[in-house]
Amino acid sequence: MSKRKVKDQQLTVGQCVCQVHRILRERFCFQKLPSAPVGLESQHKHLLELLKRTAIHGESNSVLIVGPRGAGKTMLLKSVLNELLDVKEVKSNILLVQLNGLLQTDDRIALKEITRQLNLENVVGDKVFGSFAENLAFLLEALKKGDRSSSRPVLFTLDEFDLFTHHKNQTLLYNLFDISQSAQTPVAVVGLTCRVDVLELLEKRVKSRFSHRQIQALSPMDFPQYVELVQQQLSLPQEFPDGRFAHEWNNSVKALCEDKSVEDVLRKHFNLSKDFRSLHMLLFLALSCVTPSNPTIKPSLLLEASRLCTMDCKANMLHGLSILELCLIIAMKHLNDHYQDEPFNFEMVYNEFKKFLQRKSHSVHSFEKPVVIKAFEHLQQLELIRPVDGSASRTQKEYQLMKLLLDHTQVMEALQRYPQCPTDVKQWATSAFG
Amino acid sequence: MPDQLEHLPRLTHLLPCREAQIKTLLLLLGEPEHYSYPSIFIYGHRASGKSHVTLTLLKELKMPHVVVNCVECVSLGLLFEHVLLSLFGSSHTSLPRGPSLSDFVRLYRQLCSEDPAKQTRYIVLDHAELLRDMSANLLPGFLRLQELVEDNVTVIFLSEIVWDKFRPNTGCFEPLLLHFPDYSKVELQQILAQDSCPSYSPELYSSYISILLGVFYSVCRDLRELRHLAALNFPKFCEPLEKGEAKESDAHKLWRNIEPHLKKAMQTVYLREVSSVQWEEQQQKEEKEVGELRGLSAYTHVELPYYSKFLLIAAYLASYNPARTDRRFFLKNHGRIKKTNFLKKHEKTSNHLLGPKPFPLDRLLAIFYSVVDSRVAPTASIFSQISSLVTLQLLTQVGHDDQLDSPKYKCAVSLGFVRAIASDDLHQHALRWTADHRTLHLRHHPVGSHPTSCCLWVRCGPRAAVWEPVCVQRRGIPRQPPALDQPQLCVDCAPAWHWLR
Repeated sequence: MSKRKVKDQQLTVGQCVCQVHRILRERFCFQKLPSAPVGLESQHKHLLELLKRTAIHGESNSVLIVGPRGAGKTMLLKSVLNELLDVKEVKSNILLVQLNGLLQTDDRIALKEITRQLNLENVVGDKVFGSFAENLAFLLEALKKGDRSSSRPVLFTLDEFDLFTHHKNQTLLYNLFDISQSAQTPVAVVGLTCRVDVLELLEKRVKSRFSHRQIQALSPMDFPQYVELVQQQLSLPQEFPDGRFAHEWNNSVKALCEDKSVEDVLRKHFNLSKDFRSLHMLLFLALSCVTPSNPTIKPSLLLEASRLCTMDCKANMLHGLSILELCLIIAMKHLNDHYQDEPFNFEMVYNEFKKFLQRKSHSVHSFEKPVVIKAFEHLQQLELIRPVDGSASRTQKEYQLMKLLLDHTQVMEALQRYPQCPTDVKQWATSAFG
Repeated sequence: MPDQLEHLPRLTHLLPCREAQIKTLLLLLGEPEHYSYPSIFIYGHRASGKSHVTLTLLKELKMPHVVVNCVECVSLGLLFEHVLLSLFGSSHTSLPRGPSLSDFVRLYRQLCSEDPAKQTRYIVLDHAELLRDMSANLLPGFLRLQELVEDNVTVIFLSEIVWDKFRPNTGCFEPLLLHFPDYSKVELQQILAQDSCPSYSPELYSSYISILLGVFYSVCRDLRELRHLAALNFPKFCEPLEKGEAKESDAHKLWRNIEPHLKKAMQTVYLREVSSVQWEEQQQKEEKEVGELRGLSAYTHVELPYYSKFLLIAAYLASYNPARTDRRFFLKNHGRIKKTNFLKKHEKTSNHLLGPKPFPLDRLLAIFYSVVDSRVAPTASIFSQISSLVTLQLLTQVGHDDQLDSPKYKCAVSLGFVRAIASDDLHQHALRWTADHRTLHLRHHPVGSHPTSCCLWVRCGPRAAVWEPVCVQRRGIPRQPPALDQPQLCVDCAPAWHWLR
């Protein structure tokens, strides 16, 4: 036994790194639940209390969890549910219906899904119902006990709650909230949304049936806590097979978080957004570069990951344009400067380009108009320019009004980075008049 | 533990010039048993190897994957069925008719519970920008598919449009962005030189490629297109070699032979105005008839009835000249016109930049009568020709179709087109355009007259017998209609005038 233990504790570096990847990837990619919610303790307690009242005492409730994307709303709900289902009497009693606004796009599909999750398909059979409410009432009736005195509590969770408000007449929401108001069946309705103004989306009759209980999933995290979180997210747990490796790894992570350049990177990210998802993406990118030949996370990896995260996509695309397309972009930029962002058409751009060719071009040769049109269309295809709304589709394509979707600075930056950019084109771009 | 990077040399050999991208992807995908990031968004220009690299990688590493080209999926059903079939085999997929994302996820979970993932499954969606046009919940759904189905699955999106254009209003799960940069000129040369012809030396082919890139690189960086052009024009390049007129070392001679040819290819094949087959045919009979084949831009294929041509010319004049100037151009006694401030300020920006203006039917007909030679009665046939021009989309009707009393039209053809039909077979009249003079003049132009003369001839009024000469260089019209034997002409025009008489 002791011999095996010793053997277990000395894995090769390759095996250790493999284990590190397994654990951390599960954390960053699969969003494995942490043992305790970070920064949302009070909300956790609140929600748990609320759901317990439904599950144990048969009290109806409705609540909305509001918070920005990646703030941990789903994590909060899942960890509460986990804890709730650990209680034995709850587990045998409660029924769970999980709906998602992305999946259940209308009430018919939602009702089918509810039936399925309540395992009532065979009870419903081929029955035809007059209305949605009738159908739902039948489903809940079917859950009652033999003597019809009490019913099992049902917990509805609605992910992407705001999408449910777009359903016709908001029938589903109306009925759910209505049941939660009247004392027919104990239900709890938990909605998750990232829209703060979600109550404005509800119809009056739906809104009046909602309890107006909201839980804000906003963590008041400051920067030191954020760094601590990073360290915690990267650390290996106690039960890692190779204790010595885990110790070394955790030490290196600690050193990493104290590094000055890393701190700058993290502060930049913290100022942009402090949600978990973007942090996980950053850490995942850094983690992916950890290999057996390079078994620790170094500051340079994190710097590289941060560079990848914050790259400007449009500048990247501008880098790959041909000279002709770049010239057209510059011509559009000049038109925008002259006419204060008025829309332009192809003929104007072509005219501007021709003026450049006549006046100061040495390196760019003149092209046939159809060739230029093709380049222009390619720009449109890449969605760097966009037709102005309402400009009739019946106009000739040369005269269709367009808007440039690039910034002045983006163009200039792209020009600086462009490989082997001819000097006269550069000068044309920087000159004040086209 | 097998290191992911051990595959790198083999893959780099298969996929030249994409080493950095392969490495990043390999590291991101990681070990097959581990989780990978739920969604990866790969973007880059066309033919920068996005699909090729991804597919080769998945195939070589033997990962369970499915590739869906969104262009092929006209309905959601096709898309879902394809994914389920490829990932779980054909045995028991029973999607309902017109399936929703909900059905797909339910079925996926069901199949997945029967056959849990041992390795990460990959769903590759090529041309992902088309997902935006399908139902609104599809893209956000696929982005967080891993969470929805709770399986070890990663969705890879491939697109040439940046991610910013995908993000829905209220946001969604952010994918991992990965950029495939374009090939540099050197890399293009290296890749293109790989398809060298066995009967010639690789050096020759490589020099051919550098000539080709010299012509096309400033316009086109699309590897696929360049490759096609290279294959198409290579026989022409080799022609002097086969005939024995040049040796492989005569680089300059070969270059002189092929360069004009490539330039012509840019105006035809590159624009898809002629097909590749037509282009090859044309290359073979090149010696006999030079420069016969032009594409659409030559407008050679347009056959219109006699009066339709005049109607189209009149429509062009009406669309691009301000209505105020009609008097001046088409009337015999147009009265005194001040030379200064001839055009109002807003008219100074040329209509050729702003596009055609709409005009009423009456104006079209008035100009038509003054332009056409003989006496034409306004019969039904003229009007039906107008409506057939609308059907041909040479004119467009503005406003409602049911407007009967004074319909308005716009000319939908370019100057080149009008010029082409004017010079086509109207052997007496040719259209001549004066550089940015904003007017189109009809010139009395007997065959063989001096083409460089600056004299323009404007016919004064409908069916008038007198032609009024206008001199471009003076940019004015003589106040008095000149007698035919004593025209007022500038020195340059006088010889031409005498020659005409």
